Amino acid sequence: MERFKLFIPLAIFFAMAALFFVMLQREGYNPQELPSALIDRPVPTFKLPALKDAGRQLTPNDLKGDVALLNVWATWCVSCRAEHPFLMHLANVEKMTIYGLDYKDETREAIRWLASLGDPYKFTINDEEGRLGLDLGVYGAPETYLLDRKGVIRYKHVGVLDEKVWREKIKPLVDHLHKEP
Amino acid sequence: MKFLISRLQLTVFFGLLFSTPMVLAVIETYEFDNDVQRQRYNVFIDELRCPKCQNQNLSGSNSPIAEDLRRELHRMVLEGQQDRQIIDFMVSRYGDFVLYRPPVDKNTILLWGAPVILLLVGLITLVLYVRRQRAGQQVIALDPLRLTADEQARLDQLLARFPVESFSGKNQVNE
Repeated sequence: MERFKLFIPLAIFFAMAALFFVMLQREGYNPQELPSALIDRPVPTFKLPALKDAGRQLTPNDLKGDVALLNVWATWCVSCRAEHPFLMHLANVEKMTIYGLDYKDETREAIRWLASLGDPYKFTINDEEGRLGLDLGVYGAPETYLLDRKGVIRYKHVGVLDEKVWREKIKPLVDHLHKEP
Repeated sequence: MKFLISRLQLTVFFGLLFSTPMVLAVIETYEFDNDVQRQRYNVFIDELRCPKCQNQNLSGSNSPIAEDLRRELHRMVLEGQQDRQIIDFMVSRYGDFVLYRPPVDKNTILLWGAPVILLLVGLITLVLYVRRQRAGQQVIALDPLRLTADEQARLDQLLARFPVESFSGKNQVNE
């Protein structure tokens, strides 16, 4: 019995190794993912022009009224291009309200992008300086925030929003939010 | 073959070894009004973590987000904001993640508490171990021949199998 005690450290080592291995293999595990500090908080205040209509000033009030997605994108963001067709699908087929946030981008390039690839956004906030992005805690585009009717952030997804993420994570929350008063 | 490593190779090796940190450090020139501001800024960029390139602090990262955050820090330091305000600014955007020293709360209590717990476990084990050793030594000192019940039983058994008369003396047992 005394001799078995010697193996306890080894057993602990194997147990921990197994635990870490299983955690790493878990589907959808992304060590880069940070929990957003803004969940259940309203979108930070801002006053920024619309991308396509520089004369129009947008504020958080414009994000209220509908369960919606706020999608952070830019023309320099390669993954955003990959994500774009699915956003078109969400807007046209699923009838999802999507607002865009053009983050640290060239205005002219961005307008051209929407003209050639299609515009899934109800409107796009032009955040050339990246101030709103900074206040939102954006650390890598694309990022997508789910807003409830009151303009409160309820969920954040970092990375490409695709069919799988939509079906497994966001759609159920959207359905739930629609039931909220 | 080991001896064939030339002086040149060694030079290159040590050159690379010591030059790397310099290459990685970001070169930016920010102006400060005084040394206190500069020191605060330097402490902040060392103590805060880059949200994008995890495991790098803000001073070591050249990602755009780290650049922005350094610019913000510079602004806040020049404005004379308190440490608390600056930390809150960061945490409200990126969460406790950006702090290399997270606050003690229910999520991090294990992280902060583990060293203390492990130290206590170690100390208790040590005390118990030493005590037991001492107790053992005392028993031997008091009565070097005292046997445990098991040992006594085994001795009796052996004595029964080999009657004492068959040994002429203690030392011959080993022969």
